[in-house]
Amino acid sequence: MASWQHSTNVEREQRSLLRFVTCGSVDDGKSTLIGHMLYDAKLIFADQAQALELDSQAGSAGEGKLDYALLLDGLAAEREQGITIDVAYRYFSTEQRSFIVADCPGHEEYTRNMAVGASNSELAVILVDATKGLLSQTYRHVRICALVGIRHYVFAVNKMDLVDYDQAVFEKIEADIATLMEEHASLSCAVIPTSAREGDNVTATSARMPWYTGEALLPYLEQVDVGTSSGEQGFTLPVQRVCRPDPSFRGYEGTVATGSIRVGDTVRVLPSGTSSKVASVLVAGEPADAATQGQAVTLTLADELDISRGCVLERESAAQASTLFVTTLLWMDDAPLVAGKNYLFKLATQTVPGTIYEITHKVDATTGKRLAAKSVAKNEICSCRVSLGRQLVFEPFAQNRTLGSLILIDRITNATAAAGTITHKLSRSDNLTYHQMDVTRQLREEALGQRARTLWFTGLSGSGKSTLANAVEQRLHAQGVHTMLLDGDNVRLGLNRNLGFTEADRIENIRRIAEVAKLMNDAGLVVLTSFISPFASDRRRAAEIIGQDSFVEVYVSTPLEVCEQRDVKGLYAKARACEIPNFTGISSPYEPPERPDIVIDTSTESLEDAAERIVGMVLGDA
Amino acid sequence: MPYASHLEALEAEAIYIMRETIAECERPVMLYSIGKDSSVMLHLALKAFAPEKPPFPLMHVNTTWKFHEMIEFRDRRVAETGMELIEYINQEGLAAGINPFDHGAAYTDIMKTQALKDALDTYGFTAVFGGARRDEEKSRAKERVFSFRDANHAWDPKNQRPELWNLFNTQVNAGESVRVFPLSNWTETDIWQYIQQEGIPIVPLYFAKERTVVERDGQILLVDDDRFRFLPGEKPVQAKVRFRTLGCYPLTGGVRSDADTIDAIVAETLGATTSERTTRIIDYDGGSASMEKRKREGYF
Repeated sequence: MASWQHSTNVEREQRSLLRFVTCGSVDDGKSTLIGHMLYDAKLIFADQAQALELDSQAGSAGEGKLDYALLLDGLAAEREQGITIDVAYRYFSTEQRSFIVADCPGHEEYTRNMAVGASNSELAVILVDATKGLLSQTYRHVRICALVGIRHYVFAVNKMDLVDYDQAVFEKIEADIATLMEEHASLSCAVIPTSAREGDNVTATSARMPWYTGEALLPYLEQVDVGTSSGEQGFTLPVQRVCRPDPSFRGYEGTVATGSIRVGDTVRVLPSGTSSKVASVLVAGEPADAATQGQAVTLTLADELDISRGCVLERESAAQASTLFVTTLLWMDDAPLVAGKNYLFKLATQTVPGTIYEITHKVDATTGKRLAAKSVAKNEICSCRVSLGRQLVFEPFAQNRTLGSLILIDRITNATAAAGTITHKLSRSDNLTYHQMDVTRQLREEALGQRARTLWFTGLSGSGKSTLANAVEQRLHAQGVHTMLLDGDNVRLGLNRNLGFTEADRIENIRRIAEVAKLMNDAGLVVLTSFISPFASDRRRAAEIIGQDSFVEVYVSTPLEVCEQRDVKGLYAKARACEIPNFTGISSPYEPPERPDIVIDTSTESLEDAAERIVGMVLGDA
Repeated sequence: MPYASHLEALEAEAIYIMRETIAECERPVMLYSIGKDSSVMLHLALKAFAPEKPPFPLMHVNTTWKFHEMIEFRDRRVAETGMELIEYINQEGLAAGINPFDHGAAYTDIMKTQALKDALDTYGFTAVFGGARRDEEKSRAKERVFSFRDANHAWDPKNQRPELWNLFNTQVNAGESVRVFPLSNWTETDIWQYIQQEGIPIVPLYFAKERTVVERDGQILLVDDDRFRFLPGEKPVQAKVRFRTLGCYPLTGGVRSDADTIDAIVAETLGATTSERTTRIIDYDGGSASMEKRKREGYF
């Protein structure tokens, strides 16, 4: 049994760190269990305890009982609804260990938040309600924890007080747990009967369950060995950034993912395959002879090689570079996964665009059964095949957590859409069959990482439409947006060469421009059109062809006097001299848009400001 | 992970987070509040990028009501490290005479929250290091390491980006930003032990000393300059006090203490019976959800 006296400095310095996650629903007493551990052990501060007592009086616990869960449910919405939405982190230490507790929501809707808490934990405490036995969520929690890499499990069979501390009830559940863990044979497992509310087997062995001869939960957590696999692993270091304070120093910064390295060792660079010897090692900025797993290092090499962020330095590891692999994903986005979608794949320090070209199957989170699937919804698990645009350096997750885990980032919303682990590499000969799919506008947009639309610039001759459209296109292009500008020069002289200025031709002119813009939008491009387009009815038709959602009306509202004063092409002078008939603004009306998406008056706003404003709008709601 | 100690594990984690931020984010800055957490964060940055100087500026949002010893310490540290310092003061608030005695919660909003948002907008920073720790407060216990903020600097606690393993999604659109908390997993004790282990310089106010103070509503306030407002009947007294957190002197309470060395502070912290935020008057406005509310509005 642990002593709760605070230890001296010397002892504290040598304590190890254990990160564990707690899984279960509020009904299982999960937050109560952690709250009780902290409270019993006087690990919460007096003012927090006082706040807890006040909250308990106001809250639902009633009858003067402390509601320990209030210690942990930190968000206003959680306290109002009495549920846990997101993972909360708690910190405490004993003589043996410092603990980081990730207290996770149990509800299926918040599975992804549970995965967040589990992903950085070495051990899972799974709560089981003794009055209910194993629930489908128990199976789901173990599966999610196993998916993100937890190897050590403690089942707290809780609420033993409500079943009169009955040994038979416990043994039945213990047997069910043994059956559940058969599927995860490589994982370690312990089962402890507890009552979080009454404090049995939480911090001290309970006299009310003499039939249980094992340790209480906390002493168990203090001693359990969660040492990671063999020390025989090869060295891998994903390069985070290159440190170049001056021409004489070129260091590679990163955290050692596996293995260890010494000055003088030869390392290989992936994916290039070049190698060199380690010339010097800094660990957390201090010179060292060697570095090992988990340390933040800066390495210099004997030779000057082409190494940048995303490269992996390795020695005697199984790291390899490939564009094809199989991954198990936990889907987290509200929008379902469909094969053919393009995402950014982030693995260690590499970020590469790629496509899930085949969903092999879904996995039922409760039963583990494989199910055929065309799409995968939020909180579901699936296995799929991935094809990348560039080589990715990785190792299977079972061998290397860092080089085997990845997230998917939606290229348009920037949402973290999924988390995954790499099962194995695929080769081209692995029966590569591309999924039957239509290459749609959405897929093209995702491949380009942008939302297609048409910016329809309208305004008088000389209002500055074309100058502005050009400036906007240059800025969009500089930011990597794929664009196309349609204006009088490239449309009137080609596609619409056969059209004149009659009303019928004018309508046909706009129709063709709109149809071309729509095709280009379908190809995923951002289109800018610059035509006077003076009539509201013409612009309305264009909007209908292009689609209201994609049509952005940019009204260049520069006043007629200013346009006429500028008269860049001398057209106004000719119109005034009646040399040009039906000249907009002079002898033919201009109908201003009633509800333009953006209005730019180039006589009062600078070109730069106006262009930035439009670019901001395009990129801002992308 | 085979670390020599839990402090080494926390140090490696913080350095990893800082390097990720600098490698992936376009315009990073470190919010430097001069307190012990900022001191640790700056020390970690110096280690993370050595022998290079940390490739980002420090920013101090100055309410003009900081303890004068904080400002002296700040200027000394900046000179020693060669870091670039951006000081931001809400000039409108200053001109309007906004102060902690007359304006209460509005003071914090105008001189801190609003000033911070204005500063970030002015310089267009896309990633902002902060020294907040999850053990400080309930809503912080739930915040991600990379905490996404929309174009209005608002935090949406119900819809945080999932953050798995050590894979941070740093993607933002124009106007959006991330707050990055390298010390998320440190406790107050860890901070003190690390300061002790590494010999990190900290503001002298942390050490107990005879100081001129006023006791008010259970808080011990330092009479730091002649702007201090005494309530009727209040008289300054001498007392041996130190400060567990630093901020604006009229809003920061001290504690009676004899701890005048780092070893004594560590020993005192290990036996602490109240959490450090109780000496921050700011948290108590508006009940237990007040910090979350301020954070949703853009407070750090």
